Amino acid sequence: MNSESFDRIGKIDISWCPGCGNFAIRNSLTKALSELSLKPTNTALISGIGQAGKMPHHILVNGFHALHGRAIPTATAVKAVNPNLTVIAEGGDGDMYAEGGNHLIHAIRRNPDITVLIHNNQIYGLTKGQASPTTLINTKTPTQPFGVFEEPLNPIALAISLNASFVARTFSGYVEETKEIIKQAISHKGLSIVDIFHNCPSFNKVNTVSWYQENTYFMYDHDPQNRKEAFNRALENEKYPLGVFYICKKPIFEEKLPAYEKNKTPIWNREPVVENIDKIINSKKV
Amino acid sequence: MNLENEVSIVLGGAAGQGIHIIEESLTKVLKLSGYNVFATKEYMSRVRGGINTTEIVVSSKKNRSYFKKVDLLVTFEKGVLNHLNDRLDEKTIILGEIKNIDDEYVNNKNIIDVPITEISKSVGGELFSNTVGSGIILGLFDGDLEIFNKYITEKFSKKGAGVIDSNLKAALKGYTLGKKILIDHDIQITIKKNSEVKNEVLLSGTEAFALGFARSGCNFVSFYPMTPSTGVSVFLANHAKDLGIIVEQVEDEISAINMAIGSWYAGGRGLVTTSGGGFSLMCEAVSLSGMTESPVVIYLGQRPGPSTGLPTRTAQGDLNLALYSGQGEFPRIIYAPGSIEEAYFTSQLAFNMADKYQVPVFVLSDQYLSDTYYNISDLELKHIKKENYITKTEKDYKRYRLSDSPISKRGIPGYGDGIVLLCGNEHDEFGDVTEDPKLITKMAEKRNNKINLIEKDSIMPKFFGSDNYKNLIVTWGSTYYPVRDALLKLDLKDTALLHFNQVYPLPKESEKYFKNAEKIINVELNYSGQFGQLLKQFFGINIHSNVLKYDGRTFSVEDLSKKLEEILRG
Ligand SMILES: Cc1ncc(C[n+]2csc(CCOP(=O)(O)OP(=O)(O)O)c2C)c(N)n1
Ligand code: SF4
Repeated sequence: MNSESFDRIGKIDISWCPGCGNFAIRNSLTKALSELSLKPTNTALISGIGQAGKMPHHILVNGFHALHGRAIPTATAVKAVNPNLTVIAEGGDGDMYAEGGNHLIHAIRRNPDITVLIHNNQIYGLTKGQASPTTLINTKTPTQPFGVFEEPLNPIALAISLNASFVARTFSGYVEETKEIIKQAISHKGLSIVDIFHNCPSFNKVNTVSWYQENTYFMYDHDPQNRKEAFNRALENEKYPLGVFYICKKPIFEEKLPAYEKNKTPIWNREPVVENIDKIINSKKV
Repeated sequence: MNLENEVSIVLGGAAGQGIHIIEESLTKVLKLSGYNVFATKEYMSRVRGGINTTEIVVSSKKNRSYFKKVDLLVTFEKGVLNHLNDRLDEKTIILGEIKNIDDEYVNNKNIIDVPITEISKSVGGELFSNTVGSGIILGLFDGDLEIFNKYITEKFSKKGAGVIDSNLKAALKGYTLGKKILIDHDIQITIKKNSEVKNEVLLSGTEAFALGFARSGCNFVSFYPMTPSTGVSVFLANHAKDLGIIVEQVEDEISAINMAIGSWYAGGRGLVTTSGGGFSLMCEAVSLSGMTESPVVIYLGQRPGPSTGLPTRTAQGDLNLALYSGQGEFPRIIYAPGSIEEAYFTSQLAFNMADKYQVPVFVLSDQYLSDTYYNISDLELKHIKKENYITKTEKDYKRYRLSDSPISKRGIPGYGDGIVLLCGNEHDEFGDVTEDPKLITKMAEKRNNKINLIEKDSIMPKFFGSDNYKNLIVTWGSTYYPVRDALLKLDLKDTALLHFNQVYPLPKESEKYFKNAEKIINVELNYSGQFGQLLKQFFGINIHSNVLKYDGRTFSVEDLSKKLEEILRG
């Protein structure tokens, strides 16, 4: 195999806590990228803010560590301007479901061919342990001292209800399976959403590694083309199913753009069409 | 009655009545007949009803500013005369059906009853009243009926021969009536025709901005609609195919500007169009642009605030918002073109400068400038070349490489062998997060030092008037022509005008203009004189008088000349 490595050699100052699930996600991701024979120079990873958002500093790819919640719009534009790039948006559950919730919803409608990886530790890591939209009821945190009472967001059901193109969930502890799901997500044409449960030993004392192991299971008998069944599966919360819930084919944002209708050259690589601008100006003479 | 050289026609009616249809046909046909035309509108924030007006100035010499006076008023709705109360005088000729004349005016001797409804019914229905109306005015002004007929034929070509025919009849009847009115009421209108005008372009501010952006390679537009900025995106969306531009209406302004920044990261040239309220939501990303040294161009169509203020009115109240938006310190460039010609030029420059200095660039417009149009010769449209600054990366590429210059070469993903890492946190040369105090200091200096280069590259203000001036009037943005015309009207030998198209940073050299002035008069469409304060900050100069207006309307030549005269002669 002559696939390229996405490891950053010599880079030692990793800002994740020891024992954090983010390390495992990084391993799954770098392996997935390598196995897909992608090139670091032709891949762009756009992240938000949070511990998860630090990923571009910990792997070798083009990256943009952007604003809290805004990875998806940024990534959408990157893909539209240069469809030849493999584009990944990455962030935490606070990043993608709270601050960036609106963008997620509209990205599903828009359906750019990007992959959205959501590190779901069911807590805010970087800001030290506040509840996130996926924190379970009754969890006590420094800012919810009497326990969370709001119902947690169900991102999988939300995405399927909006007819997202690719919806999956996994747990970081299952490195091989996570890698395979990420590969499938990147290979899928259209918006792919992968919700990745991961432990946060520093702040989430409820959803530990063993909790995830005990409370999740992989779906082996599920047909991801069946939306109703996918939705039913998404509602299960006694044990949380893992795997690919739903896949559907939809028009791709950047392929539908009028600017690409006749000319397939990536937008970034074009010069202004001066003669057409002059034509418009001349049309204002009559 | 004699109307010479410069006649202002005001059309007034309710929203949804089709005033804009008359406006379009009249300005086009009058221009093709050889007249200079200028048009601007004022309207209410509603889709139906209310009172909206459009002013069309037909003139022998080019006129480019708004007049308060109304020489000829055409009313299509009761309420128009009251709405225009303070603009009418004893000389205003009022054309309209009696049903559209407010009670207070029925005895006005200048009313000419034009039975538009009756005429249009006679050719097929009320649908044709717009054509009748245009016909009447063309008749009055000796417009070219042939050209109008051609215009109608093309305009209604899809609607079939019947519709064309009725419109042609409506046009002729209106035209004939117009000619008859001249005789019956002893009106002489003398405006010189000029065949060169026929071949000029009729451009609006909005169109000039949009075309300028496209000309310098804008290829990505993300926006959320907000008056008066939407027109630029609408225009570019309609030309997305032939110009190769991505135009996407997104979920909110936050998404819009993050997308635009993302587009530059990938090598595109992104633009957002917005107004103050929408821009408020974009401020965090302006700061991201500052920190990541990502270019972005922001077209900010000003309207009165605070909050949603007056959605369809005009103001110059968002200079401070643009100037201070975003947390932390970083350089930026702010332009405020004063005319349609300048709008076209500046919007091209904005993209080159954003790319060159890797900073956010603002192009400030306002409702008045966006909605105004007039004929321009090709020579007045200055084209500039798209400048390319993207670097092909080497293996050891570092996005924020420190060197003697504060500008590090900007690579993009997939072009070259390097890795391009942008980071909104403080970062090292490669783009990784850093907390190192020495490096932090260097990076902050690198970013902020760009302002010195930008300052040297700033456009000088436009000077107008006699070199031996004692009084200097200062303007920025769309007030240029009204002030200039007010000065011309006053014919003052000791007064000059200095108009700033670039309002930040101010070119150092422009300081010389203030040194020679005894009195500095600052004209702005806001309450606090924001630009005057900036001048004080930059050059330490004191403004002697502020001429400020904040009622949502632009300055008229008449009001300005009165105010300036009071200050200068008083
Ligand atoms: C606009 C904005 N608001 C708030 C913050 C502070 N902040 C940084 S990270 C974060 C939440 C992170 O949680 P999550 O997205 O779940 O990521 P994690 O750190 O758990 O990986 C917040 C609120 C910010 N950086 N920007
Ligand atoms: S705070 Fe939690 S999620 Fe973040 S790095 Fe530490 S352990 Fe991991």
